[in-house]
Amino acid sequence: MKLRLALLLLLALAGPAGADEKIVLGLSQNSVTISTNFDGENILIFGAVNRDSPPPRDSLMGVIITVAGPESPLTVRQKEHRFGIWINTNSVHVDSAPSYYAVATTAPLSLILKEIEDVRYKISIPRAIRQVGALVTNSQDYTEALIRIRQKSGLYQVLQGSVTLDQNTLFGTRIPMPSNLVEGDYKTRIFLTRNGQVIDEYDTTIPVYKVGLERWLYNLAHQHAYLYGALSLVIAVLAGYGASAIFERLRR
Amino acid sequence: MYLYLPIAEISVNAFLILGIGGGVGILSGMFGVGGGFLITPLLFFIGIPPAVAVATSTNQIVASSVSALMAHIRRRTVDFFMGSVLLVGGLLGSAVGIVIFNFLKSRGQVDLLVNISYVVLLGAVGSLMFVESLGALIRARRPGGAPPVRKRHGWVHTLPFKVKFRVSGLYISVIPPIIVGFLVGMISAIMGVGGGFIMVPAMIYLLGIPTKVVIGTQLFQIIFVTGFTTMLQAVTNHAVDMVLALLLLLGGAVGAQIGARIGTRMKAEQLRILLALVVLGVCVKLGLGLVLKPNELFSLASAV
Repeated sequence: MKLRLALLLLLALAGPAGADEKIVLGLSQNSVTISTNFDGENILIFGAVNRDSPPPRDSLMGVIITVAGPESPLTVRQKEHRFGIWINTNSVHVDSAPSYYAVATTAPLSLILKEIEDVRYKISIPRAIRQVGALVTNSQDYTEALIRIRQKSGLYQVLQGSVTLDQNTLFGTRIPMPSNLVEGDYKTRIFLTRNGQVIDEYDTTIPVYKVGLERWLYNLAHQHAYLYGALSLVIAVLAGYGASAIFERLRR
Repeated sequence: MYLYLPIAEISVNAFLILGIGGGVGILSGMFGVGGGFLITPLLFFIGIPPAVAVATSTNQIVASSVSALMAHIRRRTVDFFMGSVLLVGGLLGSAVGIVIFNFLKSRGQVDLLVNISYVVLLGAVGSLMFVESLGALIRARRPGGAPPVRKRHGWVHTLPFKVKFRVSGLYISVIPPIIVGFLVGMISAIMGVGGGFIMVPAMIYLLGIPTKVVIGTQLFQIIFVTGFTTMLQAVTNHAVDMVLALLLLLGGAVGAQIGARIGTRMKAEQLRILLALVVLGVCVKLGLGLVLKPNELFSLASAV
């Protein structure tokens, strides 16, 4: 209800430009399943802009697609040179950061999204991370480091210009997901902007979960830890005994 | 071929893991060490989360130690009584080690502790073995034979609670083996290693146990210490990855048998000097990691 109200307010603010443009969405798959041979996945997100009247000519349209993994609190630690070696000294607590975050756009974000809209909808990566009340003066360095580290491992991605836009109506993109994914519901949002203002938002979720053997082992390890530990040991002892017995036989 | 590890939550090349298991297995077959001190850093290096790497390598050590122990039982080179005494200390040490590990993890200093313990222990053990085995090698080359090394009656022999260890042919106090077992148990819990690389020298040089009995005996006790640690890790941290362990095991089992064959063709001094070099190499590598400026000064940890 709140969202609809905000949207109405926005539409009023946006003026006549893009008054009734709506997003219609399609996904290449409804979920991502992690099986034994899982090695990352590309998700195809495509859709169309549905409009009743011809599109306004004098305004820039943008499509922004974000995919966010489950959020969790984090500690970011900094190393400093002390006593001749590098050790962890200060740390900053980040209240919540998505485990995975991808932003795909039709054009550079600064062109199609106003700063104030970014603040409101938390679209860019720094906005998607929530961190308040740090005890150090350089807390900016810590969030930057968090983004840098996760970008390096492919968990945070800025895919500027990767969304194709056909005749201002059909859009599509491919979101690459690395193999080190956390399970959970991946919140997927598609924004339609005109002159930097968000005029429509479409939300959906892509569940990511383990299946088969992966699921079974993970559940066993967490729900029946003693059994899992004992099973690991039995396998280890049998494997060790088996290897020794086989090689002893081969030697004869 | 890529395999997704259910606990580490990362996909890895199965052949790479088999290769690591195999390579370390060759070394462990040659030298009679579990190889945990090599496997854990290698797993860190290929991106396995540290907690999973530490917990899983203890499980792998159980398997390789069982495999090696069978051969020693056949040769009757296991002092079960000495092993049990070491074990009592080892289990106590392991429990204390887990407490220390969890405390330091909450303070963000666990990497530092693990790295410093590695550097100090590997450095000390490596140089000790290197100097000793080089000396033995030079003496063996000299015509006229090696001067016999006499049993020293040091402080170890003045302690109370003396017991007869028949297979080892020793009559010493139970206190030193318990202390050695305790320290090794503590280290194995903190560092995810069996502790063979410090247990073997400690048993030879500190306790004076004959070399041929040392390896079988330490294998016997390390199975129980690492088994206990695996169980603790599985229950408290849920960090043992069975798929990863299985891959390491398969590689390790084959490697260990190849290593054992290479080992029988070499002299004991040559083996010890090679092990010393491997140990010192790992020590230098980790030491440089502490002293040189890291590429990334920041690190992430999940907050509880």
